[in-house]
Amino acid sequence: MSIDIYVPRDSGALSLGAEATAQAIAKEAKARNLDVRVIRNGSRGMYWLEPLVEVATAGGRVAYGPVQASDVPGLFDAGFHTGGKHPLGHGVTSELPFLKSQQRLTFERVGITDPVSVADYVAHGGYQGLKQSLKMSQAEVVQAVSDSGLRGRGGAAFPTGIKWKTVLDQKAAQKYVTCNADEGDSGTFADRMLMEGDPLMLIEGMTIAGLAVGATQGYIYLRCEYPHAYKVLNEAIAAAYQARYLGADVMGSGRRFDLEVRLGAGAYICGEETSMLESLEGKRGEVRVRPPLPAIKGLFGQPTIVNNVITLASVPVILAKGAAFYRDFGTGKSRGTLPIQLAGNIKRGGLVERAFGLTLKELLYDYGGGSATGRPLRAVQVGGPLGAYIPASQFDVVVDYEALSAIGALLGHGGIVAFDDTVDMAKMARYAMEFCAVESCGKCTPCRIGSTRGVEVVDRIIQGIDTERNVRLLEDLCETMLQGSLCGLGGMTPFPVTSALKHFSEDFRNRARGLGHDERRV
Amino acid sequence: MQQPLAPAQREAVLRVVAANRSRPGALIEILHGVQAELGFIPAAAVPVLAEELNLSRAEVHGVVTFYHYFRHAAPGRQIVRVCQAESCQAMGAEALTAHIKQRLGVDFHQTTADGEFTLEPVYCLGNCACSPAVMKDEEICGRVTPERFDDLLAQWRRKS
Repeated sequence: MSIDIYVPRDSGALSLGAEATAQAIAKEAKARNLDVRVIRNGSRGMYWLEPLVEVATAGGRVAYGPVQASDVPGLFDAGFHTGGKHPLGHGVTSELPFLKSQQRLTFERVGITDPVSVADYVAHGGYQGLKQSLKMSQAEVVQAVSDSGLRGRGGAAFPTGIKWKTVLDQKAAQKYVTCNADEGDSGTFADRMLMEGDPLMLIEGMTIAGLAVGATQGYIYLRCEYPHAYKVLNEAIAAAYQARYLGADVMGSGRRFDLEVRLGAGAYICGEETSMLESLEGKRGEVRVRPPLPAIKGLFGQPTIVNNVITLASVPVILAKGAAFYRDFGTGKSRGTLPIQLAGNIKRGGLVERAFGLTLKELLYDYGGGSATGRPLRAVQVGGPLGAYIPASQFDVVVDYEALSAIGALLGHGGIVAFDDTVDMAKMARYAMEFCAVESCGKCTPCRIGSTRGVEVVDRIIQGIDTERNVRLLEDLCETMLQGSLCGLGGMTPFPVTSALKHFSEDFRNRARGLGHDERRV
Repeated sequence: MQQPLAPAQREAVLRVVAANRSRPGALIEILHGVQAELGFIPAAAVPVLAEELNLSRAEVHGVVTFYHYFRHAAPGRQIVRVCQAESCQAMGAEALTAHIKQRLGVDFHQTTADGEFTLEPVYCLGNCACSPAVMKDEEICGRVTPERFDDLLAQWRRKS
């Protein structure tokens, strides 16, 4: 009887040495004449323990981590391959508090299964959603998605069902389903984890979407900074074709759905949906004027669904278990679960999927364990580089669309970047402007030129030159960008800037007095 | 004057075009293919691509220059990308970047004198729970301290 040992092929785990660990385990097992099968799974999302190695035992999977290649001989000596005790051991993985308290729907299989094995996927409940949807009419599938309350998880939170219905209602010879996998926001990695850990769930979601609205072609627009996700996705797509879950006769239904991955080329703006469509057409990723909506005139001018990875990956469970099952998670207008990503200066960084309703404080301290450096947390940025900075005094806020919006912040794609008290918020404001200048597509003047001027104004503030006048100028510039930009890049870059000014005024205003970092705060 | 494409380069460009011709909107995929073959997009490839794909030179040039990933000159044998985004900043990316620039003796977008390493900034590698992050070619590295970078650099030099 062979022993199954899991070593993630997730980028985060690889970045900490998982490849060498996997090789060391295979080598050591061979040297000891042990029948070990090394399975390359996704990550459980507990990155402070990566590379997290799991051993399948009669009592469940047992976790060891972080395991470097040099730890492997000692682990075998301690009998870890039968669940033996070792200082790196953490007991049964699913009993770890960080995981046990989560409500994983979208990430149910991530870290559990072999991501590119269709058989493993099906054995763990995969393709039940597609199977259900094939028994329903197109309108019923769209209705189920509407009834679930699912809103776009990319950041805009638009009701998914309405988008799908619009595409369904169009008459066109060709329609498309596109997946926005241009996850460019710093602090977010849920899309990547899902694509590397359970890509078949995304493929199933896109297939359901395609059949529901009458689209025969799907594209995943993946950022080129994710080469490992690219490999896993392509392996999974090939496996799905092989097993006839993709292609001319999806699950014997006689209906076609084709899918391919297209790579971006390092432009943040292509995460904006119309810019992404331009890029998919092989053009410069310049933002389109809406209307027409992509649902009416999208890719190559045809009706097109544009959804984020997590949105599409949420669809199979809604179809498999029913709209009500999904809707019963969450609060108010924020239904279902949300995969939150804890990043930056945080002790226990990783992925927390729970129903909406947790506070920032619970996430940062109960899950995250406070800062990695051990210093007090001073600020967090939620929702990527266009999200507001939130001061410690507001950490009681509930992390859902409405509550964050009420304090002038946004949820975005659910990434939380934590900063300790050494952060200089004027520098962060400068960075927001700098990032916008680097990434602006150039279409709107307030974004293209305003961002460069913004860097200059913040530089003057940092140098303590004419502070009050320059702060007013910065606020005025932010207002111009906010009002005068077509898309969120120019229109939302002001959020981190003005929130930093509002909540961390001392980092801007006390510079003229020549005070050091800590003295400015007094 | 623009350098004309060497025969082998021209052949590579045409090969990539032929492999992708039937795919709709494939210019970016083709540029990825050309860069994978040649290491960069030579200016002289632009008119060839325009001709082959029935696009204007301006359209092709516009796309090549829009995307940060496409390079206009041959890079070093290995490419080192250092994340500059917020999460990595929260974990010391600024100091790490300064250290790397000093170690390699180059600024961003430059190549070491021996032609070994090209240094590039990158805005998020999706490794934000293991910040700060660096990517060398397709090898991703997390929690990179200056000391760890020096160890990695020694490994990369040995492999070259």
